[in-house]
Amino acid sequence: MSGVPDFVNTLLPFLPEWIRAVVFYGVVALILFVSVILTMAFLTLAERRVIGSIQARIGPNRVGPGGLLQPFADVLKLMLKEIVVPTASNKFLFIIAPLLAVIPALAAWAVVPLWPGFAVADINAGLLYLLALSSAGVYGVILAGWATNSKYAFLGAMRAAAQMVAYEIAMGFALVGVVMAAGSLNLGEIIEKQSGGYFSYFFWWMIPLFVVYFISGVAETNRAPFDVVEGESEIVAGFHVEYSGMAFAVFFVAEYVNMILISALTAIFFFGGWLSPFEGYPLPGFITAPGFHWLFLKLAFFLFCYLWFRATFPRYRYDQIMRLGWKVFIPVTLVWLAVLGVFFAYDIGPWSK
Amino acid sequence: MSITEILFYAFSGVLLVSAIGVITARNPVHAALFLVFSFFNSAVLWILLEAEFLAIVLVLVYVGAVMVLFLFVVMMLDIKVAEVREGFTRYAPLGILIALIVVAEIGSVVYVKTLGQEVTPVTQVAAEAGYSNTGALGELLYTKYLYPFELAAVILLLAIVAAIVLTMRRRAGLKQQDVGAQVSVRAKDRIRVVKMPPVIEAGEKQS
Repeated sequence: MSGVPDFVNTLLPFLPEWIRAVVFYGVVALILFVSVILTMAFLTLAERRVIGSIQARIGPNRVGPGGLLQPFADVLKLMLKEIVVPTASNKFLFIIAPLLAVIPALAAWAVVPLWPGFAVADINAGLLYLLALSSAGVYGVILAGWATNSKYAFLGAMRAAAQMVAYEIAMGFALVGVVMAAGSLNLGEIIEKQSGGYFSYFFWWMIPLFVVYFISGVAETNRAPFDVVEGESEIVAGFHVEYSGMAFAVFFVAEYVNMILISALTAIFFFGGWLSPFEGYPLPGFITAPGFHWLFLKLAFFLFCYLWFRATFPRYRYDQIMRLGWKVFIPVTLVWLAVLGVFFAYDIGPWSK
Repeated sequence: MSITEILFYAFSGVLLVSAIGVITARNPVHAALFLVFSFFNSAVLWILLEAEFLAIVLVLVYVGAVMVLFLFVVMMLDIKVAEVREGFTRYAPLGILIALIVVAEIGSVVYVKTLGQEVTPVTQVAAEAGYSNTGALGELLYTKYLYPFELAAVILLLAIVAAIVLTMRRRAGLKQQDVGAQVSVRAKDRIRVVKMPPVIEAGEKQS
C-alpha cells in the first residue's frame, strides 16, 4: 500500500500531513491486529476440536453454538487469574518477556500481502524483515526462562535458543531458493512471479525446500513434535513454568500468531499466496480470480497440518532435533540450491520465460 | 524541526543511554540486553537514512543470531560481580590513559580528514521513488566488489572451520548415536530365533 488514500485527506483536512498518515496506518494496523487475534482465538478452538476428532473425542462443544464461544470463555478465565511473580525472579524482565515474544509475532504481519496489491507496509526487503522479526521473537522465550530464576525454566530457555538458531539457518536457506526464483525480496512480487495456475507455483520446483521450510517453521514455533522447549514430561512447562493468567496467555498468543504467520508464509512462498490455482479455467469468477479467500484457504490447510502433526507424532528427543536441523536440513537445502542453480543456468522451469 | 529530526534525536538519545548502560550495568545479562537494545536503535537510525537493507541485516544477524548465542553463554556464567571489580582502582589509571589515547587518535583522524576543507553540512537527499537500497547494494557487491566480497566470505568460513578444529576433541568412552548404523540394522543382528522341539514332561497336561 502506498500513500494515504484521498478519503482520509478529505475527512481530516485540519491535521498536518504526517499525523494523517499516522492515524490512517494506525487504524489499518489496528484492524489487522484484531483480525489476527480473532483468527488466533478460533485457532485454539479449532485445535481442540480437530485433535478431538483425530483422537475420537468430541472436544469443547458447550460454550455457545457448537463451542464457538469457547475462546472467549478461556480469555475471560485467564484475565481473572492472578499473575504470580516469583520472589526470586527478575521482576522487570519477567513482566516484559511475554511482550517481547508477542510484539515481533504481530509486527511481522505488516509486510504480509493479504490480497492483490495490499500489504500494510509494502517494503522492498519484506522477506528480510520477516526473517529479522522471527529471529527477534526468541528473546521473549530466553528472557522468560532466565528471569524466572528456576532451573526448569532456564533449561527451556537454553533449548529454545539452540533450537531457534539451528532452524533459522535452514529456514533462511530454503528462502534463498524462493528469492532466486522470484528475483525479489518483496512478498507481493514473489507471489506475482508464481501466476499462471497451480502448476507454476514454486512448490513443484522446490519440494525439498518446501519440506525443510515447513518443518523448520514447526520447529521455530515450538510446536509438537518439536516442543522440547516446554516439554511437559521433562521440564514441566519449560520457560513459562511460573507464568499464570494473562502473562501466560500472551505467550500462547505469540505462539499461535506465529503459527498462522508461518502457514501464511508457506502459502505465499511456495503456493502462490492469494493467486487462484485455477487461473484461466472456464469457472465462475470468484474461483479463477485471485483474492484473500485463496490465501485464507491455503493458510487454513497448513494450520490444519500443524494440528495434524501435533496429534500424530511423538516428541523428538533434544539431540535428534539438533541433528535434524544442522546435519540434515542444511545439507538438503544446500544441495537443492545447487540443483536450482543448474536449472537457472539451463533455463529449465517457469522462471525461464 | 522536521519529524525526521525529532525521530533522529529521540532514537540517538536512547541509543546513547543504552550504550552507556552496556558498560555500567552490574549484571552481564542486563549489559547484553542493553547491547541488543542499542542495536535496535541504530537499526532505526539506518532506516531514517533510507538504508533499510543494512538496518534489517543488523537486526537479523546481530540481534537474531549473535546476541542470542551471546546471551546463551552469559546466562550460564556465574559471575561474581565483586570479584570482577576487585582490581578496579588499581587498573583505573591505565584504563583512563588508554581511553584518552583512543580519543586523541580518533580526534586526530577527524582533524586530518577535515584539514583544508570547509565543512559543508550534509543535506539529506531524498531518494527517488522506486529506488531500492537493497538492489543497489546487491548490484555493487556482485559486480564491482565481487572478489573482495567472496574473499570476505571465504575468510569467515575459515574462521568457522578454525574455531571447530580448535575446540573439537574426541573424548574416550563417549557414547554417541550412530544414526547410519541404527537405520541399517536388520532384525537378525538383534535377535536370534532358535528352533526347539517342545518337551512335554510326564504328568503335565497339554492344554
